[in-house]
Amino acid sequence: MSDPLLQVRGLKVHFPVRTGGVFVGQHTPLKAVDGVSFDLNQGETLGVVGESGCGKSTLGRAVLQLIGATDGVVSWLGTDLTSLNKKELIAARENLQIVFQDPLASLDPRMTAGDIIAEPLRNYRPSLTKGDRRKMAEEMMERVGLLPRMINRYPHEFSGGQCQRIGIARAMILRPKLVICDEPVSALDVSIQAQVVNLLMDLQRDFGLALLFISHDLAIVRHISHRVLVLYLGKVMELADKSALYATPRHPYTQALLSAVPIPDPMKERNKDRILLTGDLPSPLSPPSGCVFRTRCPRATSICAETVPGLESAGEGHEVACHHWRD
Amino acid sequence: MTSVLAIDNLSVSFATPDGDVEAVTDVSLSVEAGECLGLVGESGSGKSQTFMAAMGLLAENGTANGHISLDGLDLLSADEKKLNTVRGERIAMIFQDPMTSLTPHMKIGRQLSEVLIEHQGVDKETGRRRALEMLDRVHIPEAERRLDMYPHELSGGLRQRVMIAIALMCEPEVIIADEPTTALDVTVQAQILDLLMEVKANLGAAIVLITHDLGVVAGLADRVAVMYAGRIVEQGSVADTFASPVHPYTQGLLDCTPSLDVETEALETISGQPPNLQSLPTGCSFHPRCPHVFDRCQTERPLLERTPSGQSKACFYNGAEAG
Amino acid sequence: MSDAPMSDGGSGANLRVPHSHALDKAADVEGRSLWQDAFRRLQANRAAMISAVVLIVMALVCFIGPVLVPWSYEEIDWNILEAAPPNIEAGHYFGTDSLGRDLLARILQGGQVSFLVGILATSVALVIGVTVGATAGFMGGSVDQILMRFVDVMYAVPLMFFIIILMVVFGRNFYLMFLAIGFVEWLTMSRIVRGQTLTLKNKEFIEAARASGGSTAGIIARHIIPNVLGVVIVYVTLTIPQVILLESFLSFLGLGVQPPMTSWGALIAEGAQEMEITPRTLILPAVCLSTTLFCFNFLGDGLRDALDPKDR
Repeated sequence: MSDPLLQVRGLKVHFPVRTGGVFVGQHTPLKAVDGVSFDLNQGETLGVVGESGCGKSTLGRAVLQLIGATDGVVSWLGTDLTSLNKKELIAARENLQIVFQDPLASLDPRMTAGDIIAEPLRNYRPSLTKGDRRKMAEEMMERVGLLPRMINRYPHEFSGGQCQRIGIARAMILRPKLVICDEPVSALDVSIQAQVVNLLMDLQRDFGLALLFISHDLAIVRHISHRVLVLYLGKVMELADKSALYATPRHPYTQALLSAVPIPDPMKERNKDRILLTGDLPSPLSPPSGCVFRTRCPRATSICAETVPGLESAGEGHEVACHHWRD
Repeated sequence: MTSVLAIDNLSVSFATPDGDVEAVTDVSLSVEAGECLGLVGESGSGKSQTFMAAMGLLAENGTANGHISLDGLDLLSADEKKLNTVRGERIAMIFQDPMTSLTPHMKIGRQLSEVLIEHQGVDKETGRRRALEMLDRVHIPEAERRLDMYPHELSGGLRQRVMIAIALMCEPEVIIADEPTTALDVTVQAQILDLLMEVKANLGAAIVLITHDLGVVAGLADRVAVMYAGRIVEQGSVADTFASPVHPYTQGLLDCTPSLDVETEALETISGQPPNLQSLPTGCSFHPRCPHVFDRCQTERPLLERTPSGQSKACFYNGAEAG
Repeated sequence: MSDAPMSDGGSGANLRVPHSHALDKAADVEGRSLWQDAFRRLQANRAAMISAVVLIVMALVCFIGPVLVPWSYEEIDWNILEAAPPNIEAGHYFGTDSLGRDLLARILQGGQVSFLVGILATSVALVIGVTVGATAGFMGGSVDQILMRFVDVMYAVPLMFFIIILMVVFGRNFYLMFLAIGFVEWLTMSRIVRGQTLTLKNKEFIEAARASGGSTAGIIARHIIPNVLGVVIVYVTLTIPQVILLESFLSFLGLGVQPPMTSWGALIAEGAQEMEITPRTLILPAVCLSTTLFCFNFLGDGLRDALDPKDR
């Protein structure tokens, strides 16, 4: 196997949050991402799942270095992105693009669809003429399922699904090697979600893209991903191949997540075994000691409060951070 | 039929600077005591506005026509004073975002007891005692302490429990839950759905569950109505609708929802874009996106009719039988 | 996925159908920008459109009028030498002031000064305010702190005294007055622009622009400025009348323009002294000033509604 495109090692993103003090602020670090490691190969999709506040969006932005990392390495084709200066970073981003959650908010309302899609070209291919850029934008619109004749329209004149296609076209126009998809379908209607997911999978096949697919929707992640990473309070709970993770989840959190997803089938939905977790996500400002999941975990014992569980191998490419995964 | 809430030929339209927009057209629905009706549709399908009209909570530029009767009382013609005695007491609503629907500067305990003090004229002591009982009933831990907290001090899941507690305070006949779990995380959603199931089993109220999530409906509802572009396109029991949907839109919705346990190559899709209410297609509103479209669909609008299987659909296509 | 769409006039109404019949119209293919949309909404606003027309007419009359009026603003009609009633034959259509100067010519000249002050002083405020505000907002950190604390300090200075002292020290200079008023008015402008920039900075499309390889300067020019422009325009139309009023106030105090030049404020001051004998000399410039201020405010309101449709 060739070297992975992207290697993330021990990535930490901590935000200082002012928690007190009148004149001299007291700051507590908010550990949004706390020691995450993974590899991503060419043409592969890694799904990142977790609930709100688990740091999945921060992780995506930290990979692109849109948010600086506190610690750790983001190695892109062997170069550590965290060590680059501003100029080098801009150059490196040519191969790394991102698709955002809110389709309308991620498009400049005062620019036409064509200008939005062609913006990366302006920055990275300054030698192109305006006509060239327009032609490439039209081709890309056609590729993502938009009518090229709508090139002069503005974002507010498109529906949510179409706006997301514009966002995808912008991310694809430089033919990047990796696209980070930050909840790309969760703002869309059910009937449109499937269209966008299919489009992303098509593009991946055609261009050999690697995708980092961030979502809270386990069913969609299962559909699109090859491997899946489960995050909880900024830490990796479980990382495994899709089939292993969905068939034999090892971490109690993954098991609870999977059992909590409502199934659109009355028979199955009413008869399934549900693992109900108690309570809500603890505040990331004061995470529990030891295993961060222990406060809601049905299997927690005294050891969970004392030692932080490391990632253990639970089979080929299957890693789990739990003291009790064998139980 | 002993329907508690019956909506008959309801239409809702909004005056906008670009002309009137009809959000709900000819909708007839009813719920019986102890029953849960799931109302499914995508954004803009009019599912929320149908019941906003029932509560008299339409935006200022909206007008409703038709009949909405709560045990014989016509809600559409009732004045604000009459409505105030009904809202909260006989019909209660649970909203999507508990942060914006709870008053931010009032303690939880007061928000709960206020409902009772206003509608049943109980004194403060009783109000507080009943509020405490109710918080226990919706399984809020350390209920006593929470009574003196403000909404922002609670997590999203707890706030939604408080919303449900407020809705249950007067033991209403109808509970309208508008996307009650959409803003919540999956694990918290599971807790709230569990609570709603308990409420349904114990209370005997009619529950209307408005949602876009077919999974939520599958777990909770007894009957389902599917809305598209302001109209009901399919109605039937949950079992029938999910097992053998009769309208192509419902079929499409079910097909394009990825499943947790079945592997598929590519997801089925419903082609095209959601309808623009200002320029709806002629004939059946769904025809530009329908896989079974034929000439008649483009000119004539199908009415909601019963099928031999006991379901209702607004569609000319008789695929399975007629071919 | 919210489903509260229709209540705010309908997000559902914003969804266009890219389907057969909707798109076959060629007109539909050409997009309509937010500016065009705003202009269309402005045109639908009667009061704002009438105000705009009135303002244009008034400005034209003030700047072209003096050529057509038989008397100039500084000429004294030696045959009169007192505040005389309108006299068509002598060419004094509005009569004369107490020194026998043609009132119409003076009102027109005063209008020129008022309009000029309004536009030039606001431009000064605009340039300083937008630069400071956008820089502070986008750079953040200590730059933001220093600039905004400076603004706070400036707010605390009694600005009327500041202007008066400036006028007394440097003498009554026409251009100094523009500058002085501009220096006063940029404070609020910078705060507004900073606030807008701060909200914009966190929008996803700015992040998207950074991910697309945009430089800081490029992002400010291509994304930030066009998006704050709407708010700035509204604020400008509301600042102009404030500035005109401030100038009138200064002139009323005798600190404004140097005689024989005049402004509406100065004319009102002169008129006020004789309002019992010749109310005309007070009322005519006062009406002109009020109408102008009124129109600017109406236009500003209309623009705000047009540019920010959410508040309709």
